[in-house]
Amino acid sequence: MAESSASFYTKSTNKYSGILSWLLTKDHKRIGLMYMMAIISFFVVGIIIGLLMRLELISPGRTIMDAQTYNTLFTLHGVIMIFLFIIPGLPAIFGNFFLPIQIGAEDVAFPRLNLLSWYVYIIGAVLVLVSLFLPGGPIDTGWTFYIPYSVRSTTNVSMALFAAFVLGFSSILTGINFITTVHRMRAPGMGFFKMPLFVWATYATAWIQILATPVIAITIILVIIERSFGVGIFDPALGGDPILFQHMFWIYSHPAVYIMILPAMGVVSEIIPTFARRTIFGYKAIAMSSLAIAFVGYLVWAHHMFSSGMSDTARWIFSLLTFIVALPSGVKIFNWVATMYKGSIDPQPPFLWVMNFIFLFSIGGLTGLVLGSLATDVHLTDTYFVVAHFHYVMFGGTGTIFFAALHYWFPKMFGKMYNIRFSQIAVALYFIGFNMLYFPKFIMGYMGMPRRYYDYLPQFTTLQRISTVGSWILAGTIFFIFGYFIHALRKGKKATSNPWGGVTLEWHIPSPPPLENFVKLPEIKDDPYDFSQLKEMKDE
Amino acid sequence: MSGKNNHTIGYGTYIIVWIALLAFTSITVTVAGISLGKYTLVIALTIAAIKSALVINIFMHIKFDEPIFKVFLGLSGATLLVIFILTFFDFLYR
Amino acid sequence: MSNHSDTVHHKDNVSAKMGMWLFLFTEVLLFGGMFLVYAVYRYQYQDQFKLAAMELNTGIGTLNTIILLSSSLTVALSIAAMQKGNKFLSLVFLYCTQIFALMFMVNKFFEWSTKISHGLFPGSKELLAKPNGQILFYGLYYVMTGLHGIHVIIGMIAIAFIIVFIHRDKVTQQDFIKLENTGLYWHLVDLIWIFLFPLFYLIQ
Repeated sequence: MAESSASFYTKSTNKYSGILSWLLTKDHKRIGLMYMMAIISFFVVGIIIGLLMRLELISPGRTIMDAQTYNTLFTLHGVIMIFLFIIPGLPAIFGNFFLPIQIGAEDVAFPRLNLLSWYVYIIGAVLVLVSLFLPGGPIDTGWTFYIPYSVRSTTNVSMALFAAFVLGFSSILTGINFITTVHRMRAPGMGFFKMPLFVWATYATAWIQILATPVIAITIILVIIERSFGVGIFDPALGGDPILFQHMFWIYSHPAVYIMILPAMGVVSEIIPTFARRTIFGYKAIAMSSLAIAFVGYLVWAHHMFSSGMSDTARWIFSLLTFIVALPSGVKIFNWVATMYKGSIDPQPPFLWVMNFIFLFSIGGLTGLVLGSLATDVHLTDTYFVVAHFHYVMFGGTGTIFFAALHYWFPKMFGKMYNIRFSQIAVALYFIGFNMLYFPKFIMGYMGMPRRYYDYLPQFTTLQRISTVGSWILAGTIFFIFGYFIHALRKGKKATSNPWGGVTLEWHIPSPPPLENFVKLPEIKDDPYDFSQLKEMKDE
Repeated sequence: MSGKNNHTIGYGTYIIVWIALLAFTSITVTVAGISLGKYTLVIALTIAAIKSALVINIFMHIKFDEPIFKVFLGLSGATLLVIFILTFFDFLYR
Repeated sequence: MSNHSDTVHHKDNVSAKMGMWLFLFTEVLLFGGMFLVYAVYRYQYQDQFKLAAMELNTGIGTLNTIILLSSSLTVALSIAAMQKGNKFLSLVFLYCTQIFALMFMVNKFFEWSTKISHGLFPGSKELLAKPNGQILFYGLYYVMTGLHGIHVIIGMIAIAFIIVFIHRDKVTQQDFIKLENTGLYWHLVDLIWIFLFPLFYLIQ
């Protein structure tokens, strides 16, 4: 018993010890942690770039950098935050770590492929960094790589595009792994409708990863070929259609928004029942709405292109379809609220983070309706309003849930408990900093401040300054969070196996989990959120 | 484990399918030589679809394999179809 | 339970095949994206596409179609032979597949080099003098058949590995999932060609 329940930190899947036992591991938990190291590192890089941009904008005119540097910085901020942080963030870290555990499996279906996808991710990330230092200079096209500028720019566009291609490949491999794992590795008795909702969300995400990523892959290849060999494909000088590029870019990049947000919604569906001590309301509706979002996410991409010059028919069709996405998202929100209703809520840090999420994400979602309707979008497109909107959705949504998941699962992953008081302070500071940073952008955008501009008119100065100060508060809070987590790793109290009173399978095993995940598989209940088992779990 | 799910198909079936594929190829080449205007493309794509159905069902065994693979195939086919239709809402009405 | 290693990790052929199919769907979507580009430009430049396609050699395209269909047959036969436990026949069919694949690539090489010697290649003066629709047609022709060619080469490398595995009895009648998955990949390469062929060589 003692031997087989040794934690995955002390026991390895291979014969090596030390760093090699990690770099050559096939254990999904170790791979998840390796992803965590890499992803958080790039997150920090992205934050620092963001801080520099905000500092430049603290007053009109040149402050600390020239315009070309600013162009490369907003491009890099976008590329790093999107391809290196938000897209892989939740599925690669928490999906890898908890998806197999939550369905009672000992690992993913293809452990070796899982490790490969980590290496592919690292290669892609290195390529992004290499593109900064090669002659030609870092890219200045914006993360959207729009034609024709991306064909004409003399910066290292091809290298950066290739990096995005490689990162997409990593995403595809993870997707293939998760779908096969969910279909083939569920423990005996774990039916599809007994799976926790995080698994459902990650499963739906994996489908988008598989069916959308290849489209961006081919688009990237085509642009690289066009740049390298002068083949006429998108370049209007050779008869190509730049709007076709925009279609193909957003055919991936819109569903990619759901790659980012769906796992976050899955985490919310885990945290709310645990801290409300009530089974989730409308389990099947939430599970199905994940699949519905994944599907509807394919139907709306051209709402990014209302002012591009595409046909009016396409504009109203896509505008109409865009509003349909609100339905499955609304189903989730109502079910979460209904779960909390009359529950005995225990406002622990993970729950507070989720509250943060619901507030920020609702603002992001509602302003999305403003942009989704044709008439208002034409006024607001390419302004700070759009920037504010997608930061509320992506950062306020997925970013906030990244922290929620970290606070929820940290004790399970590391076997240590962090300082609750500190994290309560962090939640409050995060909320203040976030809204100070991004809310003024709604106002500036409405007043007509265009995005991606290096300079601005003097009347925006006050709002720009508020925003910059907000960036300091927010970044400071994030470093504070990482600080108390690192402190907890070194000196934190030992965490119990079930600090929050959760009932999904990961809370039935020791913290940190043993290498095989389950020494003895617990009985699988009909309802994954059946809190009546809490009492017997305590007796175990 | 292997062998349980493996429906064995004889050499003969494969060869018949191959002959059918070659026959369809010659039909499509012949039809392309006749001037049928707009229908040429429709006929060519229909024949290509029939050929790929043969390859997928028989050569790739999907007919005899796990039913879930068929669901997956339908899913990716539907995705591709949706992408084509929605993109053409732009280009058809420009 | 004490020694958890990948050798203990139970082998599940259905999983392996499922993973392969999922990978093939990503390939379908990848080429699907290119077919979308093709469809849009063909719609925009119908007459130019017809004119440009006259330059292509229907004969060589038909020949390559027959070759590729036959190579698909031999892969399928090889799997059938392996199922029946006939290692020798299985190998013979795989070698046939490799020969067909090589013939396909040689044809492709001659086809491309003829085009290039006529000055029809991306960025050439002759091509740039043509109307936009024809520039796009040739761009797509080179990119799509080129990418398909790369897939043929990857398939040949994969089959070469399988041949070695069969020689060393690592792929046997009891465990031939690697052969099956490689076969699936090869059929996909064939499938893509089934659509490329009429779209490039049979426009009149």
